[in-house]
Amino acid sequence: MTGLLRRFTRHPGAVIGAVALLLVLALALLAPLLFPGSPWDMAGAPFSPPGEDGMLLGSDSLGRDVAAGIAYGARVSLMVGAVSTIVSILIGVALGALAGYLGGVVDDAVMRFTEFFQTIPSFVLAILLVAIFTPSITSIVAAIAIVSWPPVARVVRAEFLSLRGREFVQAAEVLGKRPLSIVLTDILPNALSPIIVLASLNTASAILLESSLSFLGLGDPNLMSWGFLIGSGRSVIRIAWWMSVFPGIAIFITVLALNLIGEGLSDAMNPRLRKRGAP
Amino acid sequence: MSLLSVEGLTVGLPKGGDRANAIEDVSLTLAPGEILCIVGESGSGKSMTANAAMGLLPHGLPVRSGRILFEGRDLLTTPPEEMRRLRGSRLAMIFQEPMTALNPLMRVGDQIAEAMRVHGAAAEAARRVPELLEAVNLPDPGNLARSYPFRLSGGQRQRVMIAMALALEPALLIADEPTTALDVTTQMQILRLIREVQGRRGTGVMFITHDFGVVAEIADRVAVMQRGRVVESGTAAEVLNAPRHDYTRALIAAVPRGSAAKREAVAPGEPILSLRGVRKTYHRGGGLFGKGQSFKAVHDADLDLRRGETLGIVGESGSGKSTLARAIVRLVRPEEGEILFHGTDLRPLGREAWKPFRRRIQMVFQDPYASLNPRRSVGEAIAEGPVTHGVPRAAALERARELLRLVQLDPGAMDRYPHEFSGGQRQRIGLARALAMEPELLIADEPVSALDVSVQAQVLALLADIRKRLGLTMLFITHDLRVAAEICDRVAVMQRGAIVEQGATAQVFDAPRHAYTRALLESIPGRGWTPPV
Repeated sequence: MTGLLRRFTRHPGAVIGAVALLLVLALALLAPLLFPGSPWDMAGAPFSPPGEDGMLLGSDSLGRDVAAGIAYGARVSLMVGAVSTIVSILIGVALGALAGYLGGVVDDAVMRFTEFFQTIPSFVLAILLVAIFTPSITSIVAAIAIVSWPPVARVVRAEFLSLRGREFVQAAEVLGKRPLSIVLTDILPNALSPIIVLASLNTASAILLESSLSFLGLGDPNLMSWGFLIGSGRSVIRIAWWMSVFPGIAIFITVLALNLIGEGLSDAMNPRLRKRGAP
Repeated sequence: MSLLSVEGLTVGLPKGGDRANAIEDVSLTLAPGEILCIVGESGSGKSMTANAAMGLLPHGLPVRSGRILFEGRDLLTTPPEEMRRLRGSRLAMIFQEPMTALNPLMRVGDQIAEAMRVHGAAAEAARRVPELLEAVNLPDPGNLARSYPFRLSGGQRQRVMIAMALALEPALLIADEPTTALDVTTQMQILRLIREVQGRRGTGVMFITHDFGVVAEIADRVAVMQRGRVVESGTAAEVLNAPRHDYTRALIAAVPRGSAAKREAVAPGEPILSLRGVRKTYHRGGGLFGKGQSFKAVHDADLDLRRGETLGIVGESGSGKSTLARAIVRLVRPEEGEILFHGTDLRPLGREAWKPFRRRIQMVFQDPYASLNPRRSVGEAIAEGPVTHGVPRAAALERARELLRLVQLDPGAMDRYPHEFSGGQRQRIGLARALAMEPELLIADEPVSALDVSVQAQVLALLADIRKRLGLTMLFITHDLRVAAEICDRVAVMQRGAIVEQGATAQVFDAPRHAYTRALLESIPGRGWTPPV
């Protein structure tokens, strides 16, 4: 494990990403300390530009502190990103592994099921699901997970298909290992790199999806989120740019950080890329 | 005057490589109408020498010194545009892998014509293409010129490549392992063809190979390369029959003998494995609309394997030998027949019922690079099987250490990962993994065909030694008759899914009864040559 960490830290981009993500995480955790009181409360005069009226990033059209909104929004965005990614990866890996390892009829059935989801534009489906089940944090996370597992299933299936025919998997078969053990110890570890990269990308796109939903007014009405901030600031962007730009930068930094981390992890976990001499 | 002369050529490797120079101070000469074989193991720099002559050195490999004189001019100082004109017209090359060397979307005739067109001979193309195809002994040239490459077999594609290389009657033909990817019988045809064509036109041929049998078959002169240097060169007779350098001697000693050594017959005990009427058919295509094709991979392959003996299954690619081996360990499920192991039919058994037999039947795989899980340490890989069958982990790891010693590897290798080992070492690890189960039957599927000759000889010796020490019974699958002769007590020859002949090794080799066996034996390269060491 320490070896993995050392190889990860050798990647400058990955380290920058990890630091950025840690800062966002710290912001989310420390939000109640940094900004006591609710982010929905009026904190000063409406339309204050950044730095005025004691508000670092200005205030919005109702006099709410944008900086506080971003800090509380980070909690929602990160939570939505993490939970929906975990759910979508679990669904995708399970179905993809099933299809790729068993093949035949199972493969056909699973893939047609996957295609069924892929033929519907994912954002439209997400809007539909949230609208039907009334906007709440649970329905948003569920909707995002439901629209983002199909690519995971496809990638995992493709990896499993190619790995299943490798001689080391056949060797495991000849050793008499159980199918579940072959899948978990022989095939899955070798398919991990694309899954991890996909997970980091999915987290990023889940954050974007949640922001888009909130932007359209389909966010959880009780929770402050980055998309909501942009959405509420969009009508006055020409006179008060800071209301949309700062939450936008927050999304940008978080998404970029996640992508950098994903790339660093995938390199660090691949033993063939280890430098010679390093354990 | 010599056609090609390489003088003191040194090509560097990038920093951090395993040696400073890819090739060092290489000097060679090739006269018109002569075949020069460059022999060496992988990594010896033989292909690099050929690529340097063609001006095809990869970027980042600097020529440090030396000259390559072709008909008196230095190719290394020739400008790229002029080099391009020379390539294809005066210098031609054939590559190792015929399956990927042709453009799959272009008709064969058009590809040959294109080779002529780029050198301004388009007018002649229509007339010359059928002639060329005929010259490389391809049947029905007119029809074949209009076919796409996927219709052609590997041997036919290699003939097309040769036709293309000869289209403009080059003075020098460089052939980089042109027969390595081919079956023995096809290899022999291609070797004869190259000999015949170069004899007819007086072409000089630089022939790169790792196989001393091929050298004996085709070479006029030989240069042996080791780690980037030419260690010995001379006429074929000198080098083959009176090698002076130690490395050449070692290489020649490692060549598997073509004739079967007399060995004691194994006492005819109980057969431990018998195949009766096993049949495996593959279906391709088809579906809702129309029927697909079916292909009988194995049929009529009855055999008996007695305790303690080694049975070789010999055949060319597609003969069904690997399918047969995989059917025995249930990696392939045949649709009918009996696979009797100590009288128990294994074929209808399910995964759980099979499990006790996994301990007793083990397999060594062909590809040393694909047969080990890249993410698991060597020790874990070896201990895994016994652990699966209920041996405590500590005991299994202790045993893995002993096994590494048995296959002549350092027990310190336990915690390292497969990518840190060479092909031969990995094959030993694969063997240790199979032996960890303490099997009584070992199935070896082409265990040495991906290895260099000297490594091949070591692994074969190790296999023979372990087999004797542990009293293993072995089913040895190979395409190489020389290897089979070296290690097997009995041999079964497979052709198109059926065993056409089987018997004691000496009997099959000395008095083959089936026409196909005779054809195979006649195709062993260098069978007229008896290695001196």
